Amino acid sequence: MPKLEVFLQTLISGLLLGGLYALIGLGMTLIMGVMKIINLAHGELMMVAMYIAYVLFTFFQMDPYLSVLVAAPVLFILGIALQKFLINPVLKTDAIIPENQVILTVGIGMVLANLATIIFTSNYKSIPVDYATKAWYLSDIWKASPIELSLSVPWTVSFLIAIVITVCLWMFLAKTDLGKSIRATAQDNDAALLMGVNVGKMRVITFGLGSALVGAAGCLLIPIYYLYPDLGGQFTLIAFVITILGGLGSTIGAIIGGLILGIFESMTATYAGMGWAPVGRFVIFIAALIFIPGGIVSLLKRKRLGK
Amino acid sequence: MKKYLPLILLAVFSVLPLLGLSSYVMHILIFVIMWAVIGMAWNLLGGYCGQVSFGHAAFFGIGAYTSGILYSKLGVSAWWGMPLSLLVVTASSLVIGYIFLRLRGPFFALGTLAMGVILRVTAENLTAFTEGDLGIMIRERTWVEKIWYYYIILIMAACTFYLIKKVVESKLGYYFVAIREDQDAAESLGINTTYYKTVALCLSAVITGLAGAFYTNYMGYIDPKVVFALHDISIVTIMVVMVGGVATYWGPLVGSVIMVVLAEVIRSIPKLGTAHHTLFGILLIVIIIFLPNGIVGDYKKLKRFFGVRRAS
Repeated sequence: MPKLEVFLQTLISGLLLGGLYALIGLGMTLIMGVMKIINLAHGELMMVAMYIAYVLFTFFQMDPYLSVLVAAPVLFILGIALQKFLINPVLKTDAIIPENQVILTVGIGMVLANLATIIFTSNYKSIPVDYATKAWYLSDIWKASPIELSLSVPWTVSFLIAIVITVCLWMFLAKTDLGKSIRATAQDNDAALLMGVNVGKMRVITFGLGSALVGAAGCLLIPIYYLYPDLGGQFTLIAFVITILGGLGSTIGAIIGGLILGIFESMTATYAGMGWAPVGRFVIFIAALIFIPGGIVSLLKRKRLGK
Repeated sequence: MKKYLPLILLAVFSVLPLLGLSSYVMHILIFVIMWAVIGMAWNLLGGYCGQVSFGHAAFFGIGAYTSGILYSKLGVSAWWGMPLSLLVVTASSLVIGYIFLRLRGPFFALGTLAMGVILRVTAENLTAFTEGDLGIMIRERTWVEKIWYYYIILIMAACTFYLIKKVVESKLGYYFVAIREDQDAAESLGINTTYYKTVALCLSAVITGLAGAFYTNYMGYIDPKVVFALHDISIVTIMVVMVGGVATYWGPLVGSVIMVVLAEVIRSIPKLGTAHHTLFGILLIVIIIFLPNGIVGDYKKLKRFFGVRRAS
C-alpha cells in the first residue's frame, strides 16, 4: 500500500507544518484585529528572530529551542519600538492615501532584510543540530504495522512547542486583565476607550506580542528550515493567507487556517511538484476570497446561529 | 506659463538626445521616462481612485511576456506584443479585478501583492510556455541606437500624461476621487463603485502592460524574477509615486527622476551598492512620516521648511 503510505505521510508532515504556520498567522491576526493595520514586515521580523537564534547557536552553542526565551523578548521590544516610533506617528499624519502605514511596514521590512544581507551576507545558513535528521518510526513501536510512517524529531518538537505557546496565548487572552483589554480593543476601539482601557498602550503591547509570537515561530522553524535574508517576504504572505482564510482578527481562525494551509501545501508539494507549492497556497487564498470572504470563522458562526 | 508646461517639457525632452548624449545617459533617460509612465499608471489607480496596488509587477510582467512569447513561440517581431498586450492585459485585469476589487483598502493591497507572486511562480513553472527561469532572449535587436527607443517611450509618456489628465478632469476622475474619499458615500450617491474601480484598474493595467512590452523590446531579455519582481517593480512603482507626489500630475515624473538617479548613484558607490534596499526603505519611511503626499504634493510644506531654515 505505498499510495496510502505516501498520503498519510504527506498528511502528517502537512499537519506539523500547519502548526508552525498557525503560530506565524496568530501574530499577524492579533495585530490586524487590534490595530486594523496589516504588518507587511511580519516575515522580516521572523527572519530577525531566526538570525538571533543563529548567532546564539554559533557563539554560545545555545539550542535553538532555548533561544525562544531570548528571541521572543527581543522581538517584543523591537515590535514596541517600531510601533511607538514609526507606526504611531504615521497613523496621526494626514495623507491622501489611507494605506500609508502598510507601505511604511514594507519600508521597515526592506530595511530589515537588507541589513541582514549586509551583516550576514545572502548565503543560505542552517543550524547543524545533531537531531536535525532524526526521526521516530512507526515500525519501532508497532512491529507488525503494515505501513511505514515516520515522525521527524525536530518537526514534532517544534509542533509541540507551538501548541504550548498557543495554549499560553489563549490563557493570556482569556484569563488575564491585560488579555481582556486587548480583546476589548479589538472588538470595539471606542467602547474599550470608554470603559477605561488604555487603547494606545494596548496597541503598542499587541504589536510587541505579535512580533514576539512570530519570533518564537522563527526559532522553532530554524532547526527545520534554512535561513537567508530574503525569506521574510514569503512568510509575510503565508501569514496573510492564513489570516484571510481563518477570518480577520480571529485567533481560532488563524489556527485552523494554518493547519489547512500546511496540509494543502504539503499535498501540492507531493502530488504536483515542489515548485507549485506556493501556487497551491494562493489558490487557497483566492478560493477563500471568492467563496468564504469572512473566513472559516464566519462558517463556524453561521453553524452556531443555525442551531 | 503653467498651461504650456507639459508642451515645453515635451519639447525639451525631445531635443535632449540631439545633444549627443552618451548611451549610458540615454539609458538612464529611457528608464526615467519608463518609470514615469508606470508611476502615472499606478497613480491613476492608487492616487486618484484610492486602490493601492502592491502588484503592478503582474501587469508589467504580463505585458513583457506577451511580447516575449510572441517572439519566442511564434517568431513574430516582439513589437507586435505592444498592441497585443492591450488585449491580454485588459482581459487579465478584468479577471484580477473581479477577484480582488471586492477587497477594500489594505486587503486589496495584499491581494494584489499575492497576485504578483502567483504570476511569478506560474511563469517560473510553466517552462513549456515561458522558458521558466531561463527567460526569453530577443536575439535580433531592432536598433542599436538608443535614440529610437527613447522616442517611442517619450511618445508613450506624452500620451499617458494626456490621457490621465483628460480622465482625471472628466466626470470619471471625480468618480474616482469620490470612491477614494468614501466608498460607501460614493455608492449611496449612485456611483457604481465596482464598475468604476474596474475601469481604473483596466486603464492603469493597460498602460503598465504597454510599458512591460516596451521593456522586453528595449532590454531584449526577460525572466520571471526580473519582470514579476516584488521589490524591484511593484514596490519601486509605489515609491516613485510616493516620493514624487500622490494624486498629482507631475509627481510620478519627479519621483522617477529621483528614484532612477538615486538607484544609479547608490549602485555606483562600491560599498553602498549592497545597501540600496536599506536606503530606499529609509527614504520611504522618511517620506511617509514627513511628506506623506510626496514632494509635489507637499511642496508648500517643503518650501516653508527650507524657508524657515534659511531665515534662522
